[in-house]
Amino acid sequence: MTTPEPASSDVPARDTAPDGVAVRVRGLVTRFGSQTVHDGLDLDVRQGEILGVVGGSGTGKSVLMRSIIGLRAPQAGTIDVLGADALSRDPEQRSHIERNTGVLFQDGALFSSLTVGENVQVPLKEHHPDLSDSLRYELSLLKIKLAGLPADALDKLPAQLSGGMRKRAGLARALALDPPLLFLDEPTAGLDPIGAAAFDRLIRTLQKALGLTVFLVTHDLDTLYAICDRIAVLADRRVIAAAPVEEIERIDHPWIQEYFHGPRGRAARDARAAGPGAD
Amino acid sequence: MALPRPETPSAESGGGGTLRLRGHWTLAHAGDIEATLRAQQDPAEEVDATGVERLDSVGVLQLLRFADKRGLDFSTFRFREDHRALVDAIEDVSDDRPKKKRDYGVNAALARLGRKVYDNGREFVALVSFFGETLVKLARLLASPRHFRLTSTVHHMEQVGLDAVPLVALLSFLVGAVIAFLGSTVLAEFGAVIFVVELVSIAFLREFGVLLTAILLAGRTASAFTAQIGAMVSREEVDAIRTLGLDPVELLVIPRIVALLVMLPLLTFIAMLAGLIGGMTVGAFALEIPPQAYLARMYDTIEVRHFLVGMSKAPVFALVIGLIGCLEGLRVQGTAQSVGERTTSSVVQTISLVITLDAFAAIWFMEVGW
Repeated sequence: MTTPEPASSDVPARDTAPDGVAVRVRGLVTRFGSQTVHDGLDLDVRQGEILGVVGGSGTGKSVLMRSIIGLRAPQAGTIDVLGADALSRDPEQRSHIERNTGVLFQDGALFSSLTVGENVQVPLKEHHPDLSDSLRYELSLLKIKLAGLPADALDKLPAQLSGGMRKRAGLARALALDPPLLFLDEPTAGLDPIGAAAFDRLIRTLQKALGLTVFLVTHDLDTLYAICDRIAVLADRRVIAAAPVEEIERIDHPWIQEYFHGPRGRAARDARAAGPGAD
Repeated sequence: MALPRPETPSAESGGGGTLRLRGHWTLAHAGDIEATLRAQQDPAEEVDATGVERLDSVGVLQLLRFADKRGLDFSTFRFREDHRALVDAIEDVSDDRPKKKRDYGVNAALARLGRKVYDNGREFVALVSFFGETLVKLARLLASPRHFRLTSTVHHMEQVGLDAVPLVALLSFLVGAVIAFLGSTVLAEFGAVIFVVELVSIAFLREFGVLLTAILLAGRTASAFTAQIGAMVSREEVDAIRTLGLDPVELLVIPRIVALLVMLPLLTFIAMLAGLIGGMTVGAFALEIPPQAYLARMYDTIEVRHFLVGMSKAPVFALVIGLIGCLEGLRVQGTAQSVGERTTSSVVQTISLVITLDAFAAIWFMEVGW
């Protein structure tokens, strides 16, 4: 069957990605002054997986994420997001990436002057100005509930929410455009263990229901064991390994050994072995 | 198939009251979806969405509403296997929905007005009590001077005073020149151009030197104080200061106010000089009053009391700027927006209070005859 290509052919159609790779990073070099954070870093995020990115402090996990979503221009390298060039300044390519990615910043990064509902509606208004008011309202309510917030959170200001609720509200905003690709920066940082576990489950559920690809920066070993399909380890200025957690913990690298076989790593692994938490 | 764009959502009635859906039922086509569903006249009994190529939450939501409106049972809708999870997730959360509510009426406007009046009243009380608190703590510092933060005070003196010298000098010079020009055009008609000297000198010594400086510092320093302290409040630094047994007034407020109390009179002095030089420059180049004649005329006609009247206001304005700047900073409530609101409020309050006080002072000095 010959489906006609859309007219503007350099912008790929929604959520198509060549050979099942949603994000492809090649030869990334990032420097802050004389300090090199990434040196020839390669990374693939496969479509439909939850990729957990770990690494010690200062290994540039958040910087990597910011480079991929276009907040920071690296010194060298190529980044390909859903078939579009993330480093391009071309507004069409940028808009394609913006519409197809959702980002949850560490503390939600909600606009503090808007209510939660208005926060979720911001991307809808920007990218789909023709939506009717009532549909936009219903969509924002739907996203808020998908993120596990009660309906009355809609009219609250971010300052009236707890930290965990702010993250959920941030997630609702990230999901506003139904993006196939989701970036999460330390989603469980600052949450109590129960809240963190619930948030992990929420991410897993949403990822399955909405068919998301998730790029997740984390320190949380429980998150790694509970929901990540693959783990990418940042060390020595590059990704030294990207594999399922069972393979990663066998790798003979001092940081990995320390990280996964320290007391906390053992506890998280035991928790997974014991409970039916992971699926 | 002869469809022009295969992704456009469409619905066709098949046999037996079945509605077959095709295309992309996604956010990008939300308008088309609405139109397609509204155009459905036949009383469909079943909906078959297995032909839908792409589906997202917008599509599911609209189908749910469609089922609601037509009295159809959503659970009988048929979906493709890989869309099932999405449909279930949306269906789970989409049940009860509270009505949109917001009141833009007269009552709300009245209530806002009332609240503003009340807030303004409280602001005034807060300023006065903050002044009292600062005075008490200053007095306590006099009793035990080793608690005085000298380093911090000197740092603020540099930022508030030294760094503002070029700005204050330049603007005062320009205003002095402007006044000389303005005065000369009127005075020339009476052949009394030489009175420009009195005009510029008295204006700058009594009023403009201190007023210009105070207004500049209100914009430059009061806002900086509010933003600095406000950012510290919103990052809980001020709470940390309290829990460490330190006093935020002693640590943050007093060094700033003392710095202003020292620097504002000095800046005022510079502003006076710059204004006089501005007038003198215009006199020399445009009005044929050579500097020697200008200075001689000043020496003859201007009394020192004008200078003292101007200077006496400087510490008062310094207090106003410092107190309001710091107080507004301490009243920040944690959000970025609050920092912005408080900063605006502190600049507006200081400038209006400075001008008001200056007007009252002018009347008072006039009555007293100084």
